[in-house]
Amino acid sequence: MKVSNVVKDNFREDKLPHIWCPGCGHGILMHAIARAVSNKGLDRDKVVVVSGIGCSSRAPGYMNFNTLHTTHGRALAFATGIKMSQPDLHVIVITGDGDAAAIGGNHLIHACRRNIDLTTIVFNNNIYGMTGGQYSPTTPTNDYGTTAPYGNIDKTFDLCDLAKAAGATYVARSTAYHARIIEKLIENGLDNKGFSFIEGISVCPTYYGRKNKKGNAVDMMKSLKEDTIDIRIAKKKPELAEGKMLIGEFHNSEEEEYTARYDKIIDLFEKE
Amino acid sequence: MEKNIKLLQGNEACVEGALAAGMNFFAGYPITPSTEIAELSAQKLPRIGGRFIQMEDEIAGMAATLGGALTGKKAMTATSGPGFSLKQENLGYGCIAEIPCVVVNVQRGGPSTGLPTSPAQGDIMQAKWGTHGDHPVIALYPNSVQEIYEVTIDAFNNAEKYRTPVILLLDEVIAHMREKVDFDSVKGKEVFDRKKPTCPKDEYLAYENTEDLVPPMADFGSGYRYHVTGLVHDQFGFPSNNSEIADTQIRRLLNKIEKNKKDIIKYEEYKMDDAEVAFVAFGSTSRSAKESVDKLRSEGIKAGLYRPITIWPFADEKVKEISENVKNIIVAEMNLGQYVNEVKRVSSDKCKVDFYGKINGHLITPTELTNFVKEAIR
Repeated sequence: MKVSNVVKDNFREDKLPHIWCPGCGHGILMHAIARAVSNKGLDRDKVVVVSGIGCSSRAPGYMNFNTLHTTHGRALAFATGIKMSQPDLHVIVITGDGDAAAIGGNHLIHACRRNIDLTTIVFNNNIYGMTGGQYSPTTPTNDYGTTAPYGNIDKTFDLCDLAKAAGATYVARSTAYHARIIEKLIENGLDNKGFSFIEGISVCPTYYGRKNKKGNAVDMMKSLKEDTIDIRIAKKKPELAEGKMLIGEFHNSEEEEYTARYDKIIDLFEKE
Repeated sequence: MEKNIKLLQGNEACVEGALAAGMNFFAGYPITPSTEIAELSAQKLPRIGGRFIQMEDEIAGMAATLGGALTGKKAMTATSGPGFSLKQENLGYGCIAEIPCVVVNVQRGGPSTGLPTSPAQGDIMQAKWGTHGDHPVIALYPNSVQEIYEVTIDAFNNAEKYRTPVILLLDEVIAHMREKVDFDSVKGKEVFDRKKPTCPKDEYLAYENTEDLVPPMADFGSGYRYHVTGLVHDQFGFPSNNSEIADTQIRRLLNKIEKNKKDIIKYEEYKMDDAEVAFVAFGSTSRSAKESVDKLRSEGIKAGLYRPITIWPFADEKVKEISENVKNIIVAEMNLGQYVNEVKRVSSDKCKVDFYGKINGHLITPTELTNFVKEAIR
């Protein structure tokens, strides 16, 4: 598919350019979602994109679907209401590390546990960008943020581990550098009839990068390539994985989906 | 003909009213003294092809209710004080994004966890100002099980008509007591469904400044793709920092309620024609006030009762008119003075406004009110 068609078909062109800083990884992840939706041939009238608050959550405004920009942390709770009330809709949730894992952490756990058919993509930039660089649940320990001027004493949160432990049936991670791979992972997430959790590692050169001397946007993008390793390679050659972040598909299982279970209850009475 | 009558609890009547109004989605979280509303919804909804979900917390209950409403469902949630506090942010979202739904708050003693199994009327101002910023509010407060059934239908109708969340206030007493409900009482009552767009899909303005101030609302999935945000937005629904747009849109939100007050405001007057002393009371307190009116009249004191059923918007003109016709107004509430300040705001200087409040978890009794009036008019 031609790139220009992806933009024409899936974006509100009059709302572009987006508000993200030069060098931000979010645009790449947003475009990957659009490509995945196009590749799957989903009816755009039946696609709902829901977000919370933060840099990542501005994405739906640019996307030409049914779009809902909700309150901070609550995207999954709104999305659950949408999916539960109208199961024929394809519901995609775009959220950030602070939005999904801090203020919205409870909703994430329970959306995973229910295995409700939502495809969630976390744009993880390791920082609160919109408010100016405060440490988030995924800021690495000892790194700096405007609210961690002496280094972050929190333990960093592995969101894929969390999602898997909580019951998500599809869990994967890739990065804004691996644009084609994350596109495929999102497609897999859309295919999964259940809760899919895809972590997209992004970069924030403006706040996280500058505060932690990570170099410019290109340097940060390169490190997404150099500091990550596919889980399949890591399994074969563990020595290569030292100090690197695992990417790839972590979990994929088949379990009955939540709204389908509820349909069975409704069916009990339809037969009456 | 056989009568269609049942003995119901207030919370049960609320669910029956909601179903009569077309409720087909409920998302909530258990909390005393509102839980029966969730329980009965869980039992009844799948039987009519509707859906129920118990969410992970109160905030999610409100969020999922709004999500359900966006797909075209008639959605409701129910809670009590602590949960009502937690729902406030998303309630404000519902106001600015103009999403119709019903939020039931069965009031119990506060603050905080307070008196979970005792009645109170402490959330009167919270119903109006609980969420931040200027926003429209419709809040209704019935005072009997029969009326809970009927007013719950009004709550849905107002939500659909004015495209806004509607708060249904109950209190622990009317929610848990059992009374007769005549289902035929609502025969012929209109059930209102939200106005939907009929224009070509690329011309739809979800937040258009229409003449009637209530733009049509498309269901998610219906082919009208639009954007919904809690940011101040333009007529298309897209965020805007433009001060003129902000002013126009926020004023429209408030005006759609303000300019339709006549339709929204409902009240009951009891023996007000020649009254010299008027009670202002609502919910379970109004039942005691009504009895006190009869007692006072038997002793030669011309008492009456004004009972707002629509708590918000406040009936400025009506209360002002009452204050011009009586010598005393007695505002009785199970709190330490909330609605009384609104009454004082509009009342004539010639009328003395007194307040009787109680916060110990007990009802205000007719005898207390009768004695208080005798003292106040002395």
